[in-house]
Amino acid sequence: MSHPRLTGLAALIAATLPIAGHAAGDNALKSLREEIQRLRESYESRISALEQRLAQTETSAAKAESATAAADVAAITAATSRHSSEAAFNPAISLILSGMYTNLKDNPDGRPYAIRGFIPSNGEVAPPPRSFSLGESELAFAANVDQVFRGQLTLALPPEEGASPTVEEAFIQTLGLGSGLNLKAGRFLSGIGYLNEQHAHAWDFSDAPLAYKAFLGGQQRGEGVQLKWLAPVDTFFETGLEVGRGGSFPSTDNNRNGIQSGSVFAHLGGDVGIENTWRTGLSFVGSKPKDRAYADVDAGGAATANAFSGSSKTWIADFVWKWAPGGNTSERYLKVQGEYFTRRESGTVVCTPCGSGSLQSTQSGWYAQTVYKFAPGWRAGYRYDRLDRGTVNLGAPLNPADFPILGRHNPSRNTVMADWSPSEFSLVRLQYARDDARGGSPDDQFWLHYIVSLGAHGAHKY
Amino acid sequence: MKRLLASLLLPLVAFSAQAALNVFATVPEWAALVREIGGDKVRVFAATQALQDPHRVEAKPSLIARLRNADLVIATGAELEVGWLPLALRESGNGKVQPGQPGYFEAAGHVRRLEIPARVDRADGDVHAAGNPHIQTDPRNILKVGEALATRLGDLDAANAAAYAAGYKAFAEKWRAALARWEAAAAPLRGQPVVSQHKAWPYLYDWLGLKEVATLEPKPGVEPSLAYLGELTARLAAQPPKAVIRAAYNAARAADWYAQQAHVPQVVLPFTVGGSDGAKDLFGLFDDTVARLKAAIK
Repeated sequence: MSHPRLTGLAALIAATLPIAGHAAGDNALKSLREEIQRLRESYESRISALEQRLAQTETSAAKAESATAAADVAAITAATSRHSSEAAFNPAISLILSGMYTNLKDNPDGRPYAIRGFIPSNGEVAPPPRSFSLGESELAFAANVDQVFRGQLTLALPPEEGASPTVEEAFIQTLGLGSGLNLKAGRFLSGIGYLNEQHAHAWDFSDAPLAYKAFLGGQQRGEGVQLKWLAPVDTFFETGLEVGRGGSFPSTDNNRNGIQSGSVFAHLGGDVGIENTWRTGLSFVGSKPKDRAYADVDAGGAATANAFSGSSKTWIADFVWKWAPGGNTSERYLKVQGEYFTRRESGTVVCTPCGSGSLQSTQSGWYAQTVYKFAPGWRAGYRYDRLDRGTVNLGAPLNPADFPILGRHNPSRNTVMADWSPSEFSLVRLQYARDDARGGSPDDQFWLHYIVSLGAHGAHKY
Repeated sequence: MKRLLASLLLPLVAFSAQAALNVFATVPEWAALVREIGGDKVRVFAATQALQDPHRVEAKPSLIARLRNADLVIATGAELEVGWLPLALRESGNGKVQPGQPGYFEAAGHVRRLEIPARVDRADGDVHAAGNPHIQTDPRNILKVGEALATRLGDLDAANAAAYAAGYKAFAEKWRAALARWEAAAAPLRGQPVVSQHKAWPYLYDWLGLKEVATLEPKPGVEPSLAYLGELTARLAAQPPKAVIRAAYNAARAADWYAQQAHVPQVVLPFTVGGSDGAKDLFGLFDDTVARLKAAIK
């Protein structure tokens, strides 16, 4: 330890000493020495006190960083707590708006849209009306209910005059139940297949694949309970079970207690390097529809009312693969997906007025599509749809001529699209489809479609 | 059969039981930081890598699977992961790492955030209501986050708390020395005007005193048009910047064009660990960042 100030002081005193010695003699010199000693001691103590204070300052300087951090956190906390009113607990709200211009070659009034060869699902299968039309507006609310549950409501507002809003989804789900378990209850989009769980506005094409229209009436959405389990391994493996009341095609509401329809599914997925990701799945949907009704015309062209009762079993295999150079999807990516459906139905069909008999069918269908993002904001895609009528056996005394909708036809469709997204919240898409679902000459369908999302940031679902 | 099953499952179990803590980091910088602090006490998974745009990440199956077994999730926060993390966390069915739990850590909560917008409107581009989330570009923030992280690691894994504290202390000492070195080396950069591609660098500029005179993106996250770039070049022609700066994950187009038209050097910064050959770890990240800036800005 060196004390420059003390050394300086000592030097000063030493310099004055000889003069003092000459003037006052030995006694005076002794007292002077004592005086100096006292002075030195007093300075020593003052200096060590100063040193202590300096050391303290240094320590607090070192702590300054964390103190600033603490102050920042305090400021942030204060800023957030200012909103501590009831409104702070409002759910996240998001809104989807969509609209389109459609140009259809076929007059939908002259020849109602039906997928020939397949029992009509009575779902949203037809293209939108000609000319300008509004799509379904969607309003969604979501928030954590408490430490156990999260809730979500999605309302669909149909564009038709006088139509009332429908509840597209309304469910609660558990928040981190643990052990990889997830429980959902209410009305929700089923976890089967790949596309089914995605909302229509997130699809890469403006309408559902033909297979979805024919086998699920567009999308499988039911009321019930879903339990999912995620395996505790580094590769994604998830299984799920859903049970519920029927009502969503191919099931019907059978007005009885217990389980009316059920599905199970398993998904497996992962990455290959940093550029490739994939997911594949297998799903089963089973139900016992009762008096599932659809309209047709008999051999003479007179309207008939048909009702099917029996068992319905659908299997779905799905696959999706995505590639992005360097794993960076904001620049370019390629997405390839496909799903295969097969369904067996057996039971009886009651045709009014043409009679009743057995109906057995084994039918299948698939689609494959690819979407390429070739520049930021720009994508192009192609989809091929194909349905295989398979076997449809009508038992005596039924006459196949009285069931023209079930007539021999393997529907197919080619669709191309290009879309532009100025941001992840908006999209404008041009789509053209040559649709041979109805048989006869194919329909040419042009769409110009916008989809925007407002409010809470949506999730980038895989 | 049982033996076969056991021999198949054993490596999986053994692998996950090896390390005390399974850490899931959303971005490479937090993965690197937790490795510095935790050493062999942590098993780290980084959800994204340096060449990936951190704003455009999907809730991929692999990410959900990794979250399932995580003991700690380290996110940047400030809405950087808003598009995928909440969904992936819900899908994971892992109660330990949900927001609010000790197993969920947000880095941005531990630093002073810049560019907190006065108005939040999507017409202004990709703005984050909680401020700019790219906090890792200021090495002083790394220290603040590291300190909080070491405490959190100790809370979660009390048996190794001393090791985490020691790990942080050793890291902080080395880091402070490096900070002094970087600051001395970067002193000539103070006050120099630069143009950035994306608003990714306010923390770096705040640290080094660089002056951002413009961004190539007309609005955050919006790709610039050629017309806009032309306008920008003309506007800056009177007082041209010393460099145009982009992150390794940004496409080169806009910055290339501007650099050529305005005769301004282009600096490609690693942005995070792994963004360049030099940025192998956090020290390399800033060694390389400072070196690249100094090489271009004279």
